[in-house]
Amino acid sequence: MKKRNLNEVLLQGNEAVVEGALRAGCRFFAGYPITPATEIAEIMSVRMPQLDGTFIQMEDEIASLGAVIGASLAGTKSMTATSGPGFSLMQENLGFACIAEVPCVIVDVMRGGPSTGLPTFAAQGDVMQARWGTHGDHPMIVLSASTVRECFDLTIKAFNLSERFRNPVILLLDEVVAHMREKVVLPEEGQVEIFDRVKPKVPPEWYIPYEDTPSGVPPMASFGEGYRYHVTGLTHDVRGFPTSRPDEIGPFIARLFRKISQRFPEIQMGEVDQVEGAEITVIAYGCVARSAKRAVREARERGIKAGFVKLTTIWPFMRSLVEPVLKTSKAVLVPEMNMGQISREVKRVNQGYTRVMTLNKVDGTIITPEEILGRMMEVA
Amino acid sequence: MEEVTKLIHKYLRHDKKFPHVWCPGCGIGIMLGALIRAIDRIGYEKDEVVLVSGIGCSGRLPVYVDFNTLHTTHGRALTFATGIKLAKPGLKVIVVMGDGDAVAIGGNHFIHAARRNIDLTAIILNNSVYGMTGGQYSPTTPYGMRSTTTMYTNIEHAFKISELAVTAGAPFVGRGTVYHATLLDGLMEKAFLKQGFSVVEVIAHCNTQYGKLNRLGGPVEMLQWQRDHAVTVESAAKLSPKEMEDRFLIGVLADRDLPVYTEEYDRIRERAKLAQGKEA
Repeated sequence: MKKRNLNEVLLQGNEAVVEGALRAGCRFFAGYPITPATEIAEIMSVRMPQLDGTFIQMEDEIASLGAVIGASLAGTKSMTATSGPGFSLMQENLGFACIAEVPCVIVDVMRGGPSTGLPTFAAQGDVMQARWGTHGDHPMIVLSASTVRECFDLTIKAFNLSERFRNPVILLLDEVVAHMREKVVLPEEGQVEIFDRVKPKVPPEWYIPYEDTPSGVPPMASFGEGYRYHVTGLTHDVRGFPTSRPDEIGPFIARLFRKISQRFPEIQMGEVDQVEGAEITVIAYGCVARSAKRAVREARERGIKAGFVKLTTIWPFMRSLVEPVLKTSKAVLVPEMNMGQISREVKRVNQGYTRVMTLNKVDGTIITPEEILGRMMEVA
Repeated sequence: MEEVTKLIHKYLRHDKKFPHVWCPGCGIGIMLGALIRAIDRIGYEKDEVVLVSGIGCSGRLPVYVDFNTLHTTHGRALTFATGIKLAKPGLKVIVVMGDGDAVAIGGNHFIHAARRNIDLTAIILNNSVYGMTGGQYSPTTPYGMRSTTTMYTNIEHAFKISELAVTAGAPFVGRGTVYHATLLDGLMEKAFLKQGFSVVEVIAHCNTQYGKLNRLGGPVEMLQWQRDHAVTVESAAKLSPKEMEDRFLIGVLADRDLPVYTEEYDRIRERAKLAQGKEA
């Protein structure tokens, strides 16, 4: 008899997010019910207390992210999960997490918008909101999952990146990926790399909480460990105190960007397949990447030289990955379930290298392989 | 005086560039004094105190004090404090807010924090106006008064913050004024020692904005107004409703024992582990 692998489980995308978060060491979840992300909160409410963690249902999504940031400042890995309307409410405190450099993970299971929109249907309309939703210049790390296994892996990755860079990390799912069930083989304990924030090694009286370092990421003390320091949403100096001095403001904002930009390779993840000399390459992400992969395979069966690119990291946008594709492919197709958000980025990078085509669908239904194939055939 | 100097040296941040942002004559300093004296009397270690604030004049308070300090977004201080307390229940978490913070933009968070009964202390400086932005009316600006956004007089009705907190379920609610400084010291001490969500409303004056617009005089006259209109809970018992009409209560308005969230959640953890054990 074949031995059953105990790590082999049938999971929903949202369930896999919880598994990933717990594996990453997340022990605090604050959230507010919203379709299609609610399962994450429901499962967290069962699992967290078993592990001596904390689950709390707050009065709204603003409060949820506030509590998450508070718990993180107290030294606990923390997350929340929501969908478009709740994500809109979180933008205020998302900016706080950026300026105060508080690690936290936000899962946004995208549904149709704007406003209440389509609560039970999939969309990819929050791509730009994830990048620019909170006011002011700020860096942002945004990942996108296409499979249930990726929901697990990328949740862990999101925690690792947020701890490493002291920046909020957003994981974008869509209703399809969040509610889809797939067989996954979860890695053994110890097989997964877990990163914890760097803490100060100096005694409290020497600690400068927002001091620049070669990595641009200052060590982070938790509240209650003897390092009494000030955390504020005001633009601050290296000590954390509010400043209005241009010679302190400029370097501070520059450091926020530099800590991410100088380490792009650690953040950027994607899949590139047979783009060299392709007649057409499809660039996709999220649930649409699944349809795109199938469409590309069928196109190849018909003798078309088709390339495939999947964006796993959405922001910072992977210029280094996309630009060579644009240079070698005769045409590029960007199918997405919005009116054209990532295609704008592709066009920005394009600089006249090739022809960039779009396929946009916003009726709540997934873009099918046939639809993508049909659009591919227009050039092939 | 020597005592005051000692407290200043012990609790204020000397590396922070003073002077502070508050106007001459402001009542916030008296509130900060009461807060520090209460903490000192109880004897909390500075490392175990977290002072959280929102936005506005009161929001600037934590930066001057040598605790773990957090200056959050407008109205959201209680939500951040909730996360800190749940993640590290051993910390003493104190939240300082203004009236705009606590009952306008943060009104929802305030009533839910009171209902939820997490062991936090909310200190609300109520000066009836948005001071920092230049004197706009707040949810506690009395009917008929002027502000820079009610120049033809205010037609809205004021929230009574303490009564709201009592109704919302806070186990401890006290109201004081910056005139009655000794009473305020005592209220803060009681609030800090209370297990559960405690509220201290501090009636204060904004001579720069509200006082000037309504011709209420300077800080001295406004403090005298507090003296003449505040009635202790004990004295109020002897007054008729008519006599209480334009006055307000000070003292302890509620002090009751209710189940505290963190202790309840510990029981949830035990229950969860038991259920997990049965499953396996």
